[in-house]
Amino acid sequence: MFTALLGALFFALGVNATSAYAAEGEGLQGALSSGNQPVAGVKINATQNGQPVGSVVSGADGKWTLSVPPGKYEVVLDESTLPENVGLQGAAGPTRSLEVFEGAMRNVLYPLGPVGAGAPPPESEPTMLDRLPNLVYTGVHIGLILALGALGVSLIFGTMGLTNFAHGELITFGALAAFVFNSTIGLPLWLALVLAVVAGGGFGWLQDRFFWGWLRKRRTGLVGMMIVSIGLAMVLRYVFLFQFRGDTRQYADYAAQAGVEIGPLLIAPKNLIMDAVAILVLVAVSFALLKTRLGKATRAVSTNPSLAAASGIDVDKIIRLIWTIGGALAALSGVMLGMFQGVNFQMGFQMLLLVFAAVTLGGLGTAFGALLGSMVVGVVTQVSTLWVPTELKNVSALAALIIILLIRPQGILGRRERIG
Amino acid sequence: MDWNLIIQVSFESIIGSTAIIYALAAIGLNVHFGYTGLLNFGQSAFLGVAAYGLAMSVTTFGLPFWVGIGVGLLGAVVLALLLGVPTLRLRADYLAIVTIAAAEIIRLLFRSVSLSEWTGGSDGLQRFSDDFYAMNPYSQGIKILPLIDMDSRDLWVLTVGWILVALACLIVWLLMRSPWGRVLKAIREDEDAVRSLGKNVFSYKIQALILGGVLGSLGGFMFALSRAAVQPDTYGTELTFFAYTILILGGAARVFGPVVGAVIFWFLIVFIDALLIELIKVGAIPTAIMDPNQAGSVRYILVGVGLMCLLIFRPQGIFGDKKEVMLDAR
Amino acid sequence: MPAETLPSLADVPREPGAKKPDAILVADGVVRRFGGLTAVNVNHVEIPRGRITALIGPNGAGKTTFFNLLTGFDKPDEGTWTFNGKTLGGVPAHKVARLGMVRTFQLTKALNRLTVMDNMLLGATGQKGENFFRALIPATWRAQEREITERAEELLVRFKLDAKRNDFAGSLSGGQRKLLEMARALMVRPDMVMLDEPMAGVNPALTQSLLGHVKALREDGMTVLFVEHDMDMVRDISDWVIVMGQGSVLAEGTPDEVMADPRVIDAYLGAHHDDEPSEEPPAPVAAAADAPETAAEKPAGEEKA
Repeated sequence: MFTALLGALFFALGVNATSAYAAEGEGLQGALSSGNQPVAGVKINATQNGQPVGSVVSGADGKWTLSVPPGKYEVVLDESTLPENVGLQGAAGPTRSLEVFEGAMRNVLYPLGPVGAGAPPPESEPTMLDRLPNLVYTGVHIGLILALGALGVSLIFGTMGLTNFAHGELITFGALAAFVFNSTIGLPLWLALVLAVVAGGGFGWLQDRFFWGWLRKRRTGLVGMMIVSIGLAMVLRYVFLFQFRGDTRQYADYAAQAGVEIGPLLIAPKNLIMDAVAILVLVAVSFALLKTRLGKATRAVSTNPSLAAASGIDVDKIIRLIWTIGGALAALSGVMLGMFQGVNFQMGFQMLLLVFAAVTLGGLGTAFGALLGSMVVGVVTQVSTLWVPTELKNVSALAALIIILLIRPQGILGRRERIG
Repeated sequence: MDWNLIIQVSFESIIGSTAIIYALAAIGLNVHFGYTGLLNFGQSAFLGVAAYGLAMSVTTFGLPFWVGIGVGLLGAVVLALLLGVPTLRLRADYLAIVTIAAAEIIRLLFRSVSLSEWTGGSDGLQRFSDDFYAMNPYSQGIKILPLIDMDSRDLWVLTVGWILVALACLIVWLLMRSPWGRVLKAIREDEDAVRSLGKNVFSYKIQALILGGVLGSLGGFMFALSRAAVQPDTYGTELTFFAYTILILGGAARVFGPVVGAVIFWFLIVFIDALLIELIKVGAIPTAIMDPNQAGSVRYILVGVGLMCLLIFRPQGIFGDKKEVMLDAR
Repeated sequence: MPAETLPSLADVPREPGAKKPDAILVADGVVRRFGGLTAVNVNHVEIPRGRITALIGPNGAGKTTFFNLLTGFDKPDEGTWTFNGKTLGGVPAHKVARLGMVRTFQLTKALNRLTVMDNMLLGATGQKGENFFRALIPATWRAQEREITERAEELLVRFKLDAKRNDFAGSLSGGQRKLLEMARALMVRPDMVMLDEPMAGVNPALTQSLLGHVKALREDGMTVLFVEHDMDMVRDISDWVIVMGQGSVLAEGTPDEVMADPRVIDAYLGAHHDDEPSEEPPAPVAAAADAPETAAEKPAGEEKA
């Protein structure tokens, strides 16, 4: 009993966090898809020593779960329940023999693909050169999403020295806020976006007004604050999970917009529009940083907070402004990401590492380095899929981070520090 | 309400394998963060590399159990070198970001379909622990209701686990009262000062990273053996963050801090979780407010709140000395 | 070696880069650039053995950067230097310290959460117990630890810190930290001690005792090179003064000679005129005001006007 229950608890702990499945206890599970479409209504039977122990039908999302006690099982996919134009691929057939262990869900893989009359004729494998332009475009698109998050991370690091691990949740917050405005309340997506950005700015402001500002006054150390931000990230992330559950959902508008061909590129118009918005916003913020009084004050605070304070700049006010801007930018980033890949409770957290990679690549605390780093990370992740499997694309970005740090430790635009 | 069940799981969590695993992970982190001031956010990778080193050696390549242990330990040392050499000359934040990135890389590689021939993909690996359980001297379990009910396998895991925890504590205790430990603590305070006194700071940081990683890797072995399986997603960043919470809860830079922290942490988590689930089951908490799935996220929210409150109000841990932390200039 | 038996500095020419009879440290063509700015550009400089040499100059003259370069805490773009006849270019900081050249820092680096005694013990070099494997077996390092503790105890008594030996270093006052840092540096048994602004932020009551300690280093045969803004202190204790301005050596000589040198006054006042008032700490202003009247009255703006 001990191990079973504890194991179940533990499983939920370890796997809920990072996998899309949110099941508890031991059992079998899988997700059926053909192409990129989930395959629903497929029956799967499990037997033990010839005795049937259960059967299940895949849901609308193609997922199925069957709770069974630990032991050895035969799992059979009922091919007659497959849609007409879909069939099992590979030589493995419909039967799997496997063992379920204590406290663990066992994944059962069934590769499905188009077959028969309904299936499109197999196309010749697109060449590298064909794929490159689209990959570069997607890389730039993701780079812009990253840049919106990275600018905030970089500015917050620059002005208050905090590596904010809760920034990913600001991104998620924006995406979820837009989801509430759009799908729950029913506002058009553009309005939901604007409201989400305002809400994100407000959320950033509130965080600094009632939390980070208070910690600064208490003189909490920087390492302490960094770990506090980890705690805050966890709280927010699981409040999101509590409220919104673990599913990935789409906005009500433009969810599956068809792409249009532009030269060698195939792009959904919504992505192009979002790119334009992101570039406009990034240029505006950069311009403000360079040209306005507030922007100059911000840079003064990043360079030397005590000197800035001595020359009459209200450092607290600047930092609060940075949090507001950072929150708004992150919210925009979140909505963009949500339109690109759907909305879920940990989308921001999954982006956070790439955002950090971008900021570190550019040089910690340099705003323009963050923009440059984002583009590098975005394009590297996508283009690397020419050589590495898609599931490992983030590995390439993170590996690129480590390699660049080896060659140029201070980042692309960073400066070396003086000692003594 | 099944109070007996709640009492049993809560009590068992105090001595259970999860507390052991996290105690070992946090003892390693204590060497890194508590004593040397290294911000290692990739402790999960050390546990993962050890666990997979063992599992892959035995299951995939058919090597003997002890060779697997050797491979796991070697893996932890190599990982420490890989992480340390590029980053330990840089500012502390860089180590934090590179370690967390490396931990993710490693988890993604473990769960990758293209490597599943060796790693088992997202299913992980099983059937590597037979030799371990064959060494089990206990013929039967122990049952003292309502406190405890475990079989001989559990008993064997706990015996080995607590011996490892005791050994790890002994090593840390011996080292930290030696001149070697003095150098580490000095590096935590100000590495330039230590350099100016003729110590090779880089070398000590690498040694600390390796030691903490190897101690953490013991936790990885226990993780793999107690579950008789390895799964990539159990070695995610949450593991590292939990270990930080445990370390700060018990008190950083204290020999028994991580052990005390792990025991209290898992007792609270398991108790609250079991209580919530029971309350939902008997209808004391209406499912409109919370269903059993949502109860799962409550524990994370509590951990997060706990971590924040500790850092803000008791950064020295629940038993720590406030004076010492006040001197922290960072 | 008492100072009287050292070769006299009377015959050394009063010019930048002057040859010294017995130089412990000789630097040649040391250049350090930060982006477009050349922070240090020292053609040739020699530090006399067994003497107290002051390194002065206005803010931004490159004194601390030069210190960092000499002690291996920063790497020059060009240049070589020798210490006790050994070439030090490219030698990492910890090896420089082991060779007998130990520095302190402008912002005191007391190791706050270590006790005063642990701070001291850390300074001793060649400790067996600092090896990972020996550290696990106390028997291998106990005896040496006892020896080191005795030596530390003596130094603590000398620096009047013995009553604080079990306190955390973080609980000491600013002046006591300076003392501790100096005492800790002596645990290394250096030939040369480099002090970066030993008087900065020290309460006046402690100044005299600190001065005494610096002089005592010379009595013990050590060479001292220190950066300082307080001209009284420079005049009081130094045998030789090297003036830096805009990265290079402007002048050398005895304290009185250097302070009367118009080039030096210009360097200070000129720098004063160029800088924003808010950035200028009071020390150089005070120093300039302390300089001989004739020189101070000579309008520094002459060149500019």
